[in-house]
Amino acid sequence: MEWFARLGAGTLDKLSAFGRATFVLLGAVVAKPRPLKHIPLTIKQIYVVGVQSLSIIIVSGLFIGMVMALQGYTILVDYGAEGSLGPMVALSLLRELGPVVTALLFAGRAGSALTAEIGLMKATEQLSSLEMMAVDPLRRIVAPRLWAGMISMPLLALIFSAVGILGGHLVGVDWLGVDAGSYWSIMQSTVEWNEDVLNGVIKSIVFAFVCTWIAIFKGYDAVPTSEGISLATTQTVVYSSLAVLGLDFVLTALMFGI
Amino acid sequence: MENLIEIESMTFKRGQRVIYDNISLQIAKGKTTAIMGPSGIGKTTLLKLIGGQLRPESGDIRFRGESIPGMTRNRLFTVRRQMSMLFQSGALFTDMTVFDNIAFPLREHTRLSEKIIRIMVLMKLQAVGLRGAADLMPSELSGGMARRAALARSIALDPELILYDEPFAGQDPISMGVLVKLIKELNDALNLTSVVVTHDVTEVLTIADYIYILAEQKIIGSGTPEQIKQSDSPLVQQFLRGEADGPVPFHFPAQSIEHELLGA
Ligand SMILES: Nc1ncnc2c1ncn2[C@@H]1O[C@H](COP(=O)(O)OP(=O)(O)OP(=O)(O)O)[C@@H](O)[C@H]1O
Ligand SMILES: [Mg+2]
Repeated sequence: MEWFARLGAGTLDKLSAFGRATFVLLGAVVAKPRPLKHIPLTIKQIYVVGVQSLSIIIVSGLFIGMVMALQGYTILVDYGAEGSLGPMVALSLLRELGPVVTALLFAGRAGSALTAEIGLMKATEQLSSLEMMAVDPLRRIVAPRLWAGMISMPLLALIFSAVGILGGHLVGVDWLGVDAGSYWSIMQSTVEWNEDVLNGVIKSIVFAFVCTWIAIFKGYDAVPTSEGISLATTQTVVYSSLAVLGLDFVLTALMFGI
Repeated sequence: MENLIEIESMTFKRGQRVIYDNISLQIAKGKTTAIMGPSGIGKTTLLKLIGGQLRPESGDIRFRGESIPGMTRNRLFTVRRQMSMLFQSGALFTDMTVFDNIAFPLREHTRLSEKIIRIMVLMKLQAVGLRGAADLMPSELSGGMARRAALARSIALDPELILYDEPFAGQDPISMGVLVKLIKELNDALNLTSVVVTHDVTEVLTIADYIYILAEQKIIGSGTPEQIKQSDSPLVQQFLRGEADGPVPFHFPAQSIEHELLGA
C-alpha cells in the first residue's frame, strides 16, 4: 500500500516537473521576436556554447575516427575488403557516432555549464532582479541559450564526423596503407545524402533540443543553494546522456529499421 | 493623502509557517516609508509581495488601486517598469561591468542613444561615489560598494516606486550619510515613493515620513518618527532601544533551551 502511494507521489512529481519544464520552454520560445535585442545575445551564446566546445569535439572526433579505422582494418583485411574502410568509417560516424558522441560531449561540456550558470544566477537573485526590472528572464537568459544550443550542436556533429573521417584516413591510408583512391571513391558512392547525412543531422537536431532543454530547465528549476546547483548539474549530464541514448535507439529504428 | 500601495488584510505563509497574519498597511505616494523589524520576520518577503514575486495566501495588495496578485504576467511586467527594487544581496549581473549593470535598465526600456546613457550612468555612479569604479566587474567590488552600485542601478530609470532592502547595511558613516541624503533628495526632487527596509534606527528617524514596525506576524507599531519615539508600546520601545529582553523575541521560534540542551 505504502509502495503504491510512493509510486503515485513519484509519478506526480515527475509530471509536475514535466509541466514546469514545458512552461519554461514555452515561456522562452513563444513570444514576439525582438531580433535587434536577441540575435546579438544568441550569437554570444553560440560562441560560449558552440565555439568553446570545438576543441573537445575536434580532438574526440579525430581519435574516434582513428580507432575506428584501426578496428575496422583488422576485421576487413581478413576478407580482403579493406577497400571498404572508407564507407565503414563514414557511415558509422554520420549515422551514429557523430550525433551521439557529440551530444554526450555537449551535455558534459556545455549542458552542465548552462545549468550551473543559470542556477547560480537564480541563487544570487539575478533572475529575480531581472523580473523586477520587467525583463523576462525566460526570454533574456533562457531563450538565447536554447537557440544557441540548437544551432551549435548539429554543426558540431558535422564537424565531428568530418574530422573523424580525416582521422580514419590518417590511420587507414597513411599508416596501414589502404588505397587512398578507394577510401574516398567508395565512400562517395556509398554514402547517400538523404539516407545518411540528413538523417544524422535530424538526429543531432533532436539531441540538441533535448540536451539544451534539460540543461536550461535544470538550471532554472534548481534549488538555489550550492547543493541544489551541484545536484542539478549532475542531473543534467545524467538525464541528457540517458535521453540521447534512448532517443538514438528510437530514431535509428524509425530511420533505418526494416 | 493618496496611497500608492495598499495592503489589505493580507496573510502569507511559507509552508506551514505563517509569516504575515492578516496585516494591513498603506504606503503614501511621494513619501518615504520605513519598514523595521527583527531579522527573519519577513521584511524582504514583504517587498517581494509588493513586487508581485510572491503571492499572498489571502487578502489583497494594490498598486494605484489595481490588485497585484490579480494581474496577468504581462500586466505585472508593465507595472514593474514603474517600480524598482534594491535587493538585499545587490544582485548585480556578474557577467557585466558596473557601468553596463547600471546602463542595463536604460538599454532595455528606453530608446536613448548610447551617448545619453553614458551621461546618465556616470551621473548615477557619481551620486553613489563609484564613478571611478565604472569599469570594474562586480566580483572586484567590496560588499558595501556592490550595494551602492546596485542602488545606482535601481534608481537608473527614476521609477515611481523604489523598494530598498537594507540600503545602509555595510556602509561606513560617510557613505551612509551620502546615501541617506540621496534617498531623501530623490524623494523631494522627483517626488518618488520610497520604501526602505532597514535596521538603522537613527537613520530611519531622519529620513522616514512614516514608519511601520513588524514583529510576530503583525504590525506592532506605526506612525511618524515623532509618534514612534513617543510611543508607549513596550514592544516599540524595546525595538528602538535594542534590548534583548522584552516582549519582542530575539530567537527564532524553538523549544526552550533547557529542554533542548538537557534532552529532557
Ligand atoms: N525561499 C524560502 N523558503 C522558505 N522559507 C523562506 C524562504 N525565504 C525566506 N523564508 C522564511 O521567511 C522568513 C522571512 O524571511 P525574510 O527574508 O523576509 O526576512 P527578513 O525580515 O528580510 O530578514 P533579514 O532582516 O534578516 O533580512 C524567514 O524566517 C525565513 O525562514
Ligand atoms: Mg531581508
